[in-house]
Amino acid sequence: MEIILAIMIGGLYAASVYMILRRSLVKILIGIVLLSQATNMLIFVSSGITRGNSPVIKAEETVLSQPHADPLPQALVLTAIVISFGLTAFALALTYRAYKSVKTDDLDKLRSAALGGEENV
Amino acid sequence: MTNLLVAPILIPMLFGILCLLSFKSIRLQRILGFVGTIVLFCASLGLFFLTLKHEILVLHVGSWPAPYGITLVSDLFSAIMQLLTSIVGLAVGWYSLAMIGEQRTAFGFYALFHFLLMGVNGSFLTADIFNLYVWFEVMLISSFVMMALGGERAQMAGALKYVVINLISSAIFLAALGILYGIAGTLNMADLAVKFSQIDSNSSRALISALAVLFLAAFGIKAAIFPLFFWLPASYHTPPAAIAAVFSGLLTKVGVYALIRVFSLIFLQDTGFTHTLILVLSCLTMLIGVFGAMVQHEFRRVLSFHIVSQIGYMLMGLGLFTPLALAASVFYIIHHILVKTNLFLVSGVVEYLGKTADLNKLGGLYRSQPLLAILFLIPAMSLAGIPPLSGFFAKFNLIKTGLLESQYWVVAIALIVSLFTLYSMIKLWNQAFWKPAPPLSQDVPVVQEKVLCKPMILPIVLLASLTILVGVGIGPVFEIAMRTGMQLFEPARYITAVLGGL
Repeated sequence: MEIILAIMIGGLYAASVYMILRRSLVKILIGIVLLSQATNMLIFVSSGITRGNSPVIKAEETVLSQPHADPLPQALVLTAIVISFGLTAFALALTYRAYKSVKTDDLDKLRSAALGGEENV
Repeated sequence: MTNLLVAPILIPMLFGILCLLSFKSIRLQRILGFVGTIVLFCASLGLFFLTLKHEILVLHVGSWPAPYGITLVSDLFSAIMQLLTSIVGLAVGWYSLAMIGEQRTAFGFYALFHFLLMGVNGSFLTADIFNLYVWFEVMLISSFVMMALGGERAQMAGALKYVVINLISSAIFLAALGILYGIAGTLNMADLAVKFSQIDSNSSRALISALAVLFLAAFGIKAAIFPLFFWLPASYHTPPAAIAAVFSGLLTKVGVYALIRVFSLIFLQDTGFTHTLILVLSCLTMLIGVFGAMVQHEFRRVLSFHIVSQIGYMLMGLGLFTPLALAASVFYIIHHILVKTNLFLVSGVVEYLGKTADLNKLGGLYRSQPLLAILFLIPAMSLAGIPPLSGFFAKFNLIKTGLLESQYWVVAIALIVSLFTLYSMIKLWNQAFWKPAPPLSQDVPVVQEKVLCKPMILPIVLLASLTILVGVGIGPVFEIAMRTGMQLFEPARYITAVLGGL
């Protein structure tokens, strides 16, 4: 199972890098969304996957029986998802605002339009 | 007593919320915003002296023992950094009273400013690496909005680059955290240091080296080191000077802080590889920054490239990795934050007076504003390393360490870059202040008023006098830096202080 997930994470990273390297702003944003998803998956599988054993001490026992799923990566992923959700929402709003003020979503044109054509950075 | 540790985080949060609650009144927001920075400064000063007395303060938040709960730690390095944050906060909060327009204040500048300070202080004080990520994000989201606040066209383009590159850097940081947790099963930095020092299999060591490079890339983007610095000069000249001053003073330094923290505490398995890599990168960063600055003709773009080159100096100490080198790095950060913030504040006044940032169109400011010219000259000469200002001692100590470690080519590069820094500063001086004012074009009325007693001059005077003070009173300041260097070089004390009970 980990192998399949690892391949999937690799695929997601590849797709996100491809999208980030595009010139259109919206595609870059899609790339960033994919990047954060891939990262979330990476954290999720980071301490291995355990099937069917939640980290809860059973009624008749006093200690946690091995093996059990590690709850911490799930908490981390939850935090990361919330943060990336907020950041993506902001980035979308910013892109829209930039599109409205510069009338293009092509990064090359954005540069010359926004800075009056005098720039080379 | 150790509860004072949360004050630098809670005070900005409180005042940020108060500013949001008084969203309707610009006046009230300005008063609250400024009062907040004063209160924060007092609390930070208190925490600094308390840390100076006790070496390391540890607070287990919610009384959860380390490594299970989140721990806040103030060692000397953190204490110095949070004190500098509050000094920059005070200066910029003051300056913004005059230089941030009504519209930007109405959109919540002061609330964002305080949330930014909260994120920065949180990053400096936390001892949990995932918590560090969360504070980074708190800081970033406020900085994103501040970058775009006001919505000018140039600002939009700058903000887009800034946002995209920072989102990528956060993703890399997070991926590195995932792998880190997979290897060590803990996120407390002291615990990580213990776990990593016990690893002896070769494959794990290789994985840790790869992980170290991942962290170097993630923090390197934030600190703007070579070759990941392009976003900084492309975005720092777009927002108003007050905002650029906070960013240049604090945000890249959070990246440097994180680099020094993880590479002096956690990643010590293969210093031959990681720290040599940092040393090489630091040299390239110095060179590329200073050469970039040479070809620029805009006040703040020159300064932005100089941030990049100065970051190189800070990392040089980390790359050499001796107690004296780390002390020199820490001292360099102290010097740099005071000086660079001040230069950006001056650039704001220059742009306000000359109505342009283009060096070719500026001029004659020495004649019309002699006080401002002197106030520019102090930080500028300090940046170039002219004695007896703080920059001289910062560079002197780095170069001394380089010679002691027989890294002659690093020393040579540092000296050459210092010379070119002087060239850049003289260029700014000649173009903006010394040369006669260019003939006026009709549409640019030059402001002739004296800025002597305006509120925006006072914070510049404050920072300039601190620069002189650090230079003249080098003895006690460097002694603190030296103690910090020792503490960073021997993390055993940090580890026992954090994990004490276990």
